[in-house]
Amino acid sequence: MALEFPHSFWLYFIFFALLFVDGLWCMLATRNLLRVLIGLEILMKSVTFFLIVAGYLSGRMALAQAIVITVIVIEVVVVVAAAGIILGFFRTTDSLNVKNAREMKG
Amino acid sequence: MTIMTIILVLMVMAALWASMTSILLRATIALALASATLAVVMYSLGATLAAVLELSVCAGLISVVFVSVISLTQRTPFKDMLKQRRDRLARYWPLPLVLVAGGVALSFVHAPVRIVLPLPGGDGDVRTVMWTLRQLDLFGQILVLLAGVFGVLVLFRKEGKDGA
Repeated sequence: MALEFPHSFWLYFIFFALLFVDGLWCMLATRNLLRVLIGLEILMKSVTFFLIVAGYLSGRMALAQAIVITVIVIEVVVVVAAAGIILGFFRTTDSLNVKNAREMKG
Repeated sequence: MTIMTIILVLMVMAALWASMTSILLRATIALALASATLAVVMYSLGATLAAVLELSVCAGLISVVFVSVISLTQRTPFKDMLKQRRDRLARYWPLPLVLVAGGVALSFVHAPVRIVLPLPGGDGDVRTVMWTLRQLDLFGQILVLLAGVFGVLVLFRKEGKDGA
C-alpha cells in the first residue's frame, strides 16, 4: 500500500530532523558523561516523536502507541543503568570527563 | 503559524537549551520541558496513552534520576567552571545557527514523499494491540525492567569486608 502523505508530514519531518541533529551534536561535542546521556535522551525523544507522527499519518495510532510505550520503558531502564555506571565512574575517577575512561584497566 | 507549529518550536528550543546550557540542573529542567511539550504534541495527535506515559515517566521519573545523579557528584571549582564555559561555547556556538539554517532550508523544500506501508488490516484500540498483537513486546519489557533492576542493584551495592 503506497501512501502520498499530506503537507503536514514535511512540517513534522523538519522538527524531527532538528531534534535529531540537536541530540547528536549534544552527544558528540561534549566530554561530560551526563551530557552524553542528555544527548541520548534528546535523540530518543526525536525517535518517539517520529513514531507517533508515522502512526498518525498512516492511521495506525494504536500500533504506534504500543511501540512508543515499549520505547519509553526501555529508555527508562537505559537511563537508570547508565546513571549507575556514571556514578560508579565518578567514584573511581572523581571526574565525569569521558577522557578519563581511556585510563581504565577493564 | 498554527498552535502545533508553536509547540513544536518550543520543543526544539527546550532541547536546544538542554544541550547548550552550562549548568547540568538547568539542562535537566530543559529536558523535562522538552518532554512535556512532546507529550502535548502526542496528545494533540491522538496518542493519549503514550502522552501520559511520556509526561509521567520521561518528564518526571527521568528528571528525578538526573537530579539524583547530579546531587551525588561534586561541585566544579569556580575557576574550572569558567574554563569549561569557554570550551563549551567554542564547541556549541554553531548549533543554533545549524538548527535555524537547517529548519529554514528544509521549510523551502517540498519533497514528494511516497512510503510503502506493508501492514494489513485496520487499527484497533491501543489496549487490544498491546495485549493481543504485541504480547512479546510486553514480555520483553518485563525482562528489560528486571534486567534494569538487577543492573542497578549490582551497580549500587556496597562493598563487603573483603572488598568483593
